[in-house]
Amino acid sequence: MLQTVLDAHPAGEATTKCDQTLAAFRFMLRARLLDDKFAALYRAGKIHGGVFLGRGQEALSASVGVSLKKTDIFAPLIRDAAGRLAFGETIVDAVRNYLGSPLGPMRGRDGNVHRGKPLEGYFPMISHLGAMISVVNGALFARRMKGISGTVGATCLGDGATSTGAFHEALNQAAVEKLPLVLVLADNQYAYSTPTSRQFVCEDLAEKAIGYGVASHRVDGTDLAACLETVGNAVAKARAGEGPQLVVAKLLRLCGHGEHDDSNYVDPKLKNSPLGRDCLKVAEELLFRQKWTDAATLATWRREITAEIEEAVAQVRREPAPDPYDEKWLAISSAHLNDVHDEDSGS
Amino acid sequence: MTITYLEAIREAQSRALRDDPRVFIYGQDVGAFGGAFKATKNLAKESPGRVIDSPISEDAMVGMAVGAAIEGMRPIIEMQFADFSIVGFNQIVNQAATLFWRTNVPCPITVRLPFGGTEGGGPFHSQSIEAIYAHYPGLVVLTPATVEDAYSMLLEAVAIDDPVIFCEHKFLYYHLKAEKLPSEALPIGKARIAREGRDLTVVAYSAMVHEALEAATELATEGWEIEIVDLRSVKPLDTDTVMASVARTGRLLCVGEAWPWGGVTAEIIARVASEGFGLLDVPPQRLNAKDTPVPYHPNLWMAHRPTARAIASAARKILRR
Repeated sequence: MLQTVLDAHPAGEATTKCDQTLAAFRFMLRARLLDDKFAALYRAGKIHGGVFLGRGQEALSASVGVSLKKTDIFAPLIRDAAGRLAFGETIVDAVRNYLGSPLGPMRGRDGNVHRGKPLEGYFPMISHLGAMISVVNGALFARRMKGISGTVGATCLGDGATSTGAFHEALNQAAVEKLPLVLVLADNQYAYSTPTSRQFVCEDLAEKAIGYGVASHRVDGTDLAACLETVGNAVAKARAGEGPQLVVAKLLRLCGHGEHDDSNYVDPKLKNSPLGRDCLKVAEELLFRQKWTDAATLATWRREITAEIEEAVAQVRREPAPDPYDEKWLAISSAHLNDVHDEDSGS
Repeated sequence: MTITYLEAIREAQSRALRDDPRVFIYGQDVGAFGGAFKATKNLAKESPGRVIDSPISEDAMVGMAVGAAIEGMRPIIEMQFADFSIVGFNQIVNQAATLFWRTNVPCPITVRLPFGGTEGGGPFHSQSIEAIYAHYPGLVVLTPATVEDAYSMLLEAVAIDDPVIFCEHKFLYYHLKAEKLPSEALPIGKARIAREGRDLTVVAYSAMVHEALEAATELATEGWEIEIVDLRSVKPLDTDTVMASVARTGRLLCVGEAWPWGGVTAEIIARVASEGFGLLDVPPQRLNAKDTPVPYHPNLWMAHRPTARAIASAARKILRR
């Protein structure tokens, strides 16, 4: 379907732009529909623990995913369903992780947004904010030591994470080592319920870059075209050896922190401001305006993606759940160094 | 020719760098300066580009090691003092220690902690924090007590596919000397009988092994034969060797330089009490540092930590029951 649309357009830069925008848009749409399904499963009591959506952040997140190569490093955060899909995650793996399937990437040992495949450069986040930045630094550092050039490492954060010590230490570390790190900050106005006024007092989070001696970029996070250009530019600069790049996107989180949160604390003025625009709608309007797609095609995409998601959920729900009797209960890889001490068996 | 405990640690790192291109060292002042204790002296010259100064960022130092380990490297992180590793605690216990279990991808990093008390060290340069690392699943925690173990266990630590907390005692750095480096060693996970005896088992590790040996020499003049178990690693804990020793002596004293609440000595007593209660002739005892921060002045410090005299005194009480 996508190919048909692309083929209808003239060659050259315009095609590339159309191609990339459509690809990113489709990842946004896939993420939105997948998130909607997770929210529905949560309300139906089918998910253990929380559900965390990326609603309102898909344009930024998809832009990161499509700007990276498969050989790059990507450490997404909780609102990056779109970026994850764009970086190569399958819908089935995302569903498996939420349902705790032993066939999923974390095998039921961790769930929801805590998922990744480290050996494929797709790092699974821990809950502690800012903690993934230095891990990405380490991977980039190792690649440089091994003589591998041209790798970029990207990781995503929210405004709240900029208040952590880990953020400071790691951004400074990346600057000192001049690593090809792209730090993508979604300034989504709230860290859980805390407004940015209680988080920082600088005019704009991009100002933080000055203190670390790194380059910064600002972008309207509700505008897919702008996000693609800005993030793409930052990734290109990092790849070209220009050191760490901080991208700060302003937008509004269009959901609660998690699905358990009705987010009644969000200021209605923000919702009605340009920040409160739904990036998916904005992108859709762009595609129609440019005549890169039409309503009928979009409806078909929605149908196809929805069917794919429903099929994935049905498949995963047929898969066996993890079995505690099959579990190895071993936290280290060197089995001979396991501290065997089982009071029940008296060993 | 003699070699100190500290030189053994330097030699082990030198050899690890030479033998394995995946190894690198990252820490504060470890480069041209050679480290605060000179444990990396000349290594930057020997292995250019692989002994790297870090900013004062313990969290980012460990996070960086985890990322490099995922990429197939074998980083050694030098914490300037064990006490400062607490700033990197999150990355150690939540990132490094959980990686294999979460993802099936091993995390072969070695975090070197210069730990334990020295004269004038004070509250923030003296801590013994092996127990808090041992508490977390996913870490191997080593506490070598001899020059030979400092060398062979550090080499083994770097070779292990899991995160290792390598607790090297600062008091032993210069005090302890050996004739030469070992060509073979006990594997990690095996405790060592540092002295044989039939009247009392003293379980100790790191610097406390030497205090216990001195106490045993003193008690020998009174006719007591003390058996000393050097744990070598606190996780895994060689319960079998401890239990076998208690089976021979019927009496147990556990000695640790760490604080008393919970910890390694408590763990040993819990295991012996639950699995070997019948082996004990008298209630097991333990001796730890006092439950205060580590004091600065030597008069206070010597009273704060278990010494040979304190160990001998505690042993006499058990032996006379």
